[in-house]
Amino acid sequence: MALPPVAELPALPLHEAGKYVAGAYVVLFALVLIYLAIMAIRMSRLERELGDLLARAQERATPERQRTQEREAP
Amino acid sequence: MDAAAQTREPSAGKVRLYGSGLRALSISTVLAMAIALGLVFFYAPLEAEQGFLQKIFYVHVPLAIVALCGFVAGGLMAIQHLRTREDRWDMRSYVAIHMSLIFAVGTLITGSIWAKGSWGHWWVWSEPTLVSFLIVFLLYATYQPLRFAIEDPERQARYASVFAIVAGAFVPLNFIAVRLSSAYLHPRVLGSTSNLPPQMALTFAVSLLAIALLYATLCKYELTVKHTRAQLRALRRSLLAQESELGRPGAGQRRGAAPSPRATVASGRPAA
Repeated sequence: MALPPVAELPALPLHEAGKYVAGAYVVLFALVLIYLAIMAIRMSRLERELGDLLARAQERATPERQRTQEREAP
Repeated sequence: MDAAAQTREPSAGKVRLYGSGLRALSISTVLAMAIALGLVFFYAPLEAEQGFLQKIFYVHVPLAIVALCGFVAGGLMAIQHLRTREDRWDMRSYVAIHMSLIFAVGTLITGSIWAKGSWGHWWVWSEPTLVSFLIVFLLYATYQPLRFAIEDPERQARYASVFAIVAGAFVPLNFIAVRLSSAYLHPRVLGSTSNLPPQMALTFAVSLLAIALLYATLCKYELTVKHTRAQLRALRRSLLAQESELGRPGAGQRRGAAPSPRATVASGRPAA
């Protein structure tokens, strides 16, 4: 496909070029937003996992504390 | 080796936290992006030949430069991984390439939008700059399938590093080859930045800085999440091991207690 050099092409009028420029910037922000949404999902998964571990650790600590209290009791 | 041990600085002897400095980096990125946008739309003059359409230049070119630099950086980190055998370099190389791929998608889409506005075509196959960038993108698009097709984590990291180095060397070669090509239509940017009016050059420099900061921030986020996940899995494994040592009934039967195939991937390495 033979295209003329960019310098020889006429500039698009503002109302015509505006939609392309807006499209390009929207693409950038859409990419960032999609990435942030994926990040948010991953963070909430990590939070759940951490909560699960915390519950497990607390569950384990409770009987140990009871045993200690029983030992310390006269 | 657990995640914490893997990410220990050999000299300092303390755990590396990828999340430190993330807040400052994020704020700088947002500020730089806002300033760049302000300069693009309210400061940089309209270009005589392309008019308002040239504003795409301030997002398309920095995206392309940062993506290509990210690919090369991924290769350099892979060299470091092969030299030191430290998993953190493999993870960094993986994240750099992963993020560059996303930026390359942005480059291709914004470039196509510009081409449609300027040439009237979404894609021009006879244009070496476009096609060469597509080749680089497609080359790196095979990185992840290649990586996750290998099950053994050690081999996976080694092969991925070799790929990253070879592909990373291809990027500048490809760039030089395209620059030497005489028949092109694609506007040159790097060779002619000095010819840009000062206002345009400043806007371009700030846009480049903003996109580079965005890249760095997203890489840091990705590394932080991956590192945190690896540490959580190491913690879960050690908790499970302690429970089974104590002979606690029900150990390993809780939700998520059984290690998933992903969890068996050595900590600190990227999981699919």
